[in-house]
Amino acid sequence: MSASVLFDAPGPAARRRILIANLVAAVVVLAVAVPVLLRLQERGQLEPRRWTAALDASAWSDYYLPGLQFTLQSAGIAVVTSVVFGLVFGFLRLAPLAPVRAVAAVIVEFLRAVPVLIMMVFFYQAFALASRSGVINAADSPYYAVIAALTLYNGAVIAELVRSGVRSLPKGQREAAAAIGMTPNQSLRLVEVPQALVAMLPSLLSQFVVILKDSALGYLIGFFELLQYARQLGSGQGNILQTLVVAAAIFIVINLILTSVATLLSRRLSSRTAGRTTAPTGPDGVRAASA
Amino acid sequence: MESLSTLMEQYGTQVPAAFWTNIRLALLATLGSFALGVLLALCRISPVASLRALGTGYVHVVRNTPLTILMLLGVLAVWGQLKITFAPDFHLNFFIYAVIALSLYHAAFMCEAIRSGVNTVPLGQAEAARAIGLGFLPAARLVILPQALRGAITPLGNTVIALTKNTTVAAAASVAEASGLMKTMIEFRPDVMVAIFLTFAIGFCLIVIPIGLLTTWASDKWAVAR
Repeated sequence: MSASVLFDAPGPAARRRILIANLVAAVVVLAVAVPVLLRLQERGQLEPRRWTAALDASAWSDYYLPGLQFTLQSAGIAVVTSVVFGLVFGFLRLAPLAPVRAVAAVIVEFLRAVPVLIMMVFFYQAFALASRSGVINAADSPYYAVIAALTLYNGAVIAELVRSGVRSLPKGQREAAAAIGMTPNQSLRLVEVPQALVAMLPSLLSQFVVILKDSALGYLIGFFELLQYARQLGSGQGNILQTLVVAAAIFIVINLILTSVATLLSRRLSSRTAGRTTAPTGPDGVRAASA
Repeated sequence: MESLSTLMEQYGTQVPAAFWTNIRLALLATLGSFALGVLLALCRISPVASLRALGTGYVHVVRNTPLTILMLLGVLAVWGQLKITFAPDFHLNFFIYAVIALSLYHAAFMCEAIRSGVNTVPLGQAEAARAIGLGFLPAARLVILPQALRGAITPLGNTVIALTKNTTVAAAASVAEASGLMKTMIEFRPDVMVAIFLTFAIGFCLIVIPIGLLTTWASDKWAVAR
């Protein structure tokens, strides 16, 4: 049911009421915005120099762009590794052998229940400890910890996407594969998962939004990503509010682009698979809230 | 094993206390985000164009912002720069900031969950409500929302689960909660770090998995059979 059927096309009386509601809404928004702006003004946060300092060329070249590079780099690597992890565990979750399915299910459910930050802090300290023996550089441990935690959590979510994608295929697909003599494994590998993958591409893109947002958790373990750079720039110049707003805006723009590509894909791909491509959805029909 | 017992002597009471902080954050933020989420969902399905735009704008902006930034904006900008305090007590003040950030962030997801519930209500229900003369608000209150909320139990439950896990991000607002305590304990005793990690990880499993089971049970019980 679409929202527009909840009410009739407005007549004269309803148009009047809507006009009044519009005005009331405007008053409420102003009632919230004006005190906020006054407070900002009072504390000198609206001074142009604070905003220009947060937006000038050196802020971009010395802070936002290097930060964005690490954010995108860690998120990009985590995207690849979590897709690999998700495919492997998705297969294991669908394996013909019941014990394999059970073990994979326990691992996936465990990883989905543990907060990403808990995993990140643990890996950070584990890698920091490992760096004492010279295996990795100590300065790199936050970077690896971010990638490891994002991989395990999002890999588990993607494994569920693979499983639910295969489950949502019409059963005729599996029956047809069996009819031409394929083993269950072949049917999974050659018929079902490829179609499920096409069907889940939009959801996968939505998951990339989650990965990108969660990479900001790296801030809490001292990873030098966009947020960390923005805070550093802001504390140096006393305009932390402004630099954080810029950092948030960068995240929002990138995520909006990813989301609209997901929506576009779901429309275009629906003819390429027997599965459902409605997006942006998680395994449960609604995009999962992540940090 | 002896080493573990000395660790437990030192931190034994702090672990449940830290988890209790996470649970309180989760309970309060669930209430806050649900209330705001219902309001946003009403805006997004309302006949008033400006309210629809407001709701849509809020959801798109907040959903695409990392929660960590919202926490930091609260603590470093609103508290640090604008000097807005909610409570004289230092810890309580930051706790309230964390609850507000969690509520504002998850309200966007609650709104979308409720909207997906509205989509499960058949067209005939809205038409019937209008046919007996109900306006938008009475129809929403008496006909649409009761069915929509029952249809939205699963996505709402998933949002509560995500919210519960995200209470760890309150560490960014210097709230003494589980992830911070885990960090302290591992720094104190790196030799048993895996045991410490598993303690906290299983603690979260024990909180999160029952919420999931409860959601499934409630959805089976209350979702309108169509």
